[in-house]
Amino acid sequence: MESDIILRVNGREWPLRVDTRTTLLDALRERLGVTSPKKGCDHGQCGACTVLLDGRRINGCLVLAVACDGSEVVTAEGLGTDGELHPVQQAFVDHDGFQCGYCTPGQVCSAVGMLEEVAAGWPSAAGRPVADTPVLDDAEIRERMSGNLCRCGAYANIVTAVRAAKEVSR
Amino acid sequence: MSARMFGAPVQRTEDERLLTGRGAYLDDLGADAYAAVFVRSPHAHARVRDVDVTDALDVDGLIAVYTHEDLTGPMAEPLPLLLPHPCIVDGRTPHALAAGYVHHVGAPVAMVVARDRYLAEDAAERIAVDYEVLAPVVGIEAAVAAEHVVHAGMSDNVAAHLVQEVGDARAAIAAAPHRLELDLDIERSACTPMEGRGVYARWDEAGGSLRLYSSTQTASGVRAAVAAKLGLDVGRVEVVVPDVGGGFGVKIMHPWPEEVMVPWAARRLGHGVKWTEDRREHFIAAAHERGQRHTVRAGFDDEGRLLGLDVEILHDNGAYLPYGVIVPIVTSTQLLGPYKPGAYRVEFRSLYTTTVIVTPYRGAGRPQGVFAMERTMDAIADRLGRDRAEVREVNLIRPDEMPYDQGLLFQDGRPLVYDSGDYPRTLRMVKELIGWEGFAAERERARAEGRRIGIGLACYVEGTGPGPYEGGHVQVGTDGRVRVATGLTSQGQGHHTILAQIVADELGVAMSDVEVTTGDTRRMPYSVGTFASRGAVMSGSAVALAARKVREKALRVAADALEADPGDLEIAGGRVHVRGVPGAGMDLGTVAVLSNPLRYAFDEASRAATQFARPADHAAPPVPEGDAPGLEGTDFHSPLRSTFANGAHAVVVETDPETAEITILRYCVVHDCGRLVNPLIVEGQIHGGVAQGVAGALYERMAYDADGQLLNASFMDFLVPYASEIPPIRIAHLETPSPLNPLGVKGAGEAGVIPGAAVIASAIEDAEGFPVRSMPISPSDLFGLRRRFAAGEIPPLRRAERARGRRANETGEPDV
Repeated sequence: MESDIILRVNGREWPLRVDTRTTLLDALRERLGVTSPKKGCDHGQCGACTVLLDGRRINGCLVLAVACDGSEVVTAEGLGTDGELHPVQQAFVDHDGFQCGYCTPGQVCSAVGMLEEVAAGWPSAAGRPVADTPVLDDAEIRERMSGNLCRCGAYANIVTAVRAAKEVSR
Repeated sequence: MSARMFGAPVQRTEDERLLTGRGAYLDDLGADAYAAVFVRSPHAHARVRDVDVTDALDVDGLIAVYTHEDLTGPMAEPLPLLLPHPCIVDGRTPHALAAGYVHHVGAPVAMVVARDRYLAEDAAERIAVDYEVLAPVVGIEAAVAAEHVVHAGMSDNVAAHLVQEVGDARAAIAAAPHRLELDLDIERSACTPMEGRGVYARWDEAGGSLRLYSSTQTASGVRAAVAAKLGLDVGRVEVVVPDVGGGFGVKIMHPWPEEVMVPWAARRLGHGVKWTEDRREHFIAAAHERGQRHTVRAGFDDEGRLLGLDVEILHDNGAYLPYGVIVPIVTSTQLLGPYKPGAYRVEFRSLYTTTVIVTPYRGAGRPQGVFAMERTMDAIADRLGRDRAEVREVNLIRPDEMPYDQGLLFQDGRPLVYDSGDYPRTLRMVKELIGWEGFAAERERARAEGRRIGIGLACYVEGTGPGPYEGGHVQVGTDGRVRVATGLTSQGQGHHTILAQIVADELGVAMSDVEVTTGDTRRMPYSVGTFASRGAVMSGSAVALAARKVREKALRVAADALEADPGDLEIAGGRVHVRGVPGAGMDLGTVAVLSNPLRYAFDEASRAATQFARPADHAAPPVPEGDAPGLEGTDFHSPLRSTFANGAHAVVVETDPETAEITILRYCVVHDCGRLVNPLIVEGQIHGGVAQGVAGALYERMAYDADGQLLNASFMDFLVPYASEIPPIRIAHLETPSPLNPLGVKGAGEAGVIPGAAVIASAIEDAEGFPVRSMPISPSDLFGLRRRFAAGEIPPLRRAERARGRRANETGEPDV
């Protein structure tokens, strides 16, 4: 079964006819040539395909494209503006937050979405009472970034980069 | 004079591209290629009676289905035995597609090519394979027992067997004042890079040539292997390695069955074909490592000095032995670490099992060897009632004993001679960094609060940068930009950055004017590959040597044009000029123009190089004898033997008295990889290695059932750590230069992972008061050990008993 949908990806509108079984990840990569979201597991376990869907971070492999009709999708390609890196991307450069770069587009999208969640007062499982205003210390960053695997093990610097990005966005 | 780049924490040149999604990994290429899918064995051991493809042929969009029957010539033969070491008793390798038998779950049986991946998967599901299931051989015990054999025609499962001995270790142990024996066990793990394997091939019918893209750690190896399989001259095969999403060892194995099938099909079909491995395939059909059992016998004196060490190793090499024999060879030799036992005997048996192959994973056999040696050091200390660091200290090779010959042959077939290093200082530094001296009091305070904490220590030596060689090509363009190529490949190590740093210094140009290409046989056909922490040592040295040639030529050509003596010239900021007279000079781009005598002028710049531009010496040819046109140079680094990096890790852990949860409180690393090209990159490599070391110690294992099914073949069940599991890491560097290469560098890529299991086991047993002899250790493993300890099945550490005695004396409570 096929459906006609419209995806808005990094500010550009794409009318698409998709098999309803197509994931958002496959639609982005194979239909639109937007290849920054990576397929690390295709099962929602690695986070390499993390993109922002209407501002929220999601695993592209766990969402069907047909369910994103009319939605705004932002990937690592679309984070920066006017040739400038997004502050989170800049922080990853400044603090050597990655090595092979395969998980990185997902990490930066995840970090951008995560900082929004913190700003909106969302709780985490890092152990604080839910009612507390989130304080983004390293334990919180580690917990909140714990949907994105990095096999190069750049976590020490990812945590530093996210902390730095938070400082900039303050 | 421009600032020196070597040694500076320069930000990586790769970064911006990868961050903004402009990286091009294997699966980002070949959008118009056909997709390949492999039908894989669901059985660990079986005879393939029949492959029925009839139903698949109805799938719309199917292009082709291939089985072993379709293969002829070299393609029908087994894949190569890559490392034909003399210790191999019976070296079996797989076929590209199963030839009658399958020997592990995941072995490729048929290949399906279709218009896209979805259709290929649909067709693959319709292929019916009739198997006669045979007895599986899973685990070292079953392999040794050899009740069943993996390979027909063999009487047991021994793939390779090697004894190396220095002195008479058994006699030394028998005569020693003290003796002990340990049984040690390390389970399997795997590299699991975020990007799995992948191959994309295009056949050019007109040129009769193949372009192959592979997510590999060796472009030149894949090129030679594929050319041999396809019966092509290597000159007709180009291998280009795109961005690679991590390797950690698994991608040095080549050629994979898929790596020869994809180009074979592309040639046959006259169309691009691509295969991208999925995650489950990576778990069951790529490669694992680590699984070993050791029996250690040690004889030592009252100070804990090792007089004799006798180690027997059983190594699970999986179903075939194309590459994996190197792992127990590395274990056997690197087990010695920074120590000098009086006599040493090591014997290994490498065993076939009906599980996926074992090939090097970052550390490549060293973590197991270090585990054995460091467990032994801790056991000796405990036996003698001595401090664990002190026992290590008395066994260390001293700096004035360098170079130190261990008397064995290393993995490169050359003598195991340590080139340099200051092991006592390394140990002192890590003790300071972690707070070794004050820890007993810290442990007692924690105990008084009902908390269990423990400290651990582990040292290692890592042979890095083995040969045979690596090459560098450096070319200055007429635009003044410097293009550098080396053959080995990059998987996130920052090679492009460090090679640019090195060349920028050698040539006196800005780093931003240096472009580096790796892993492209069109640019540098002679190469070996990226493994054994050899990138900086081998390619770093090679590009430095090549750049020196270019520098020498640039000075010569410029001297001629400037009518100066080459000795009076220097290069800085991309300009050659008379020393002390920056105005009297020319850009390197102009030197490049002049270095290539031209008949024709194409633009203003090239006009200067034509035969009419300036008076010529009619007694000499335009290109001097022994010279070549162009401002470029190629050179190779081929070292005498490996260079040996070293380090020590220390960790403090806390174990929960109720849940047995294990938490790392502090993790410290002292690391000596010779001169640091870029501390930022070295620290990143250490962070990554430590993350994998912690993972291997606490989280990761391959859970095979008795039938050879891998029960945890996903990231849901195989626990690669997230940010939430990896502790902050404190690092201190030592820089003992290597005398074996022009830069004085040693490799850094694998170091972080090597002592992981050893150091964490050391700390857990310190916290718990009983020995830890197998890794990894999960909370439930620790809980099980506690129960066995409580039941008297595991003896306490002597030092724990002594501490308990002291506490009892102080408080007047009875010792229990």
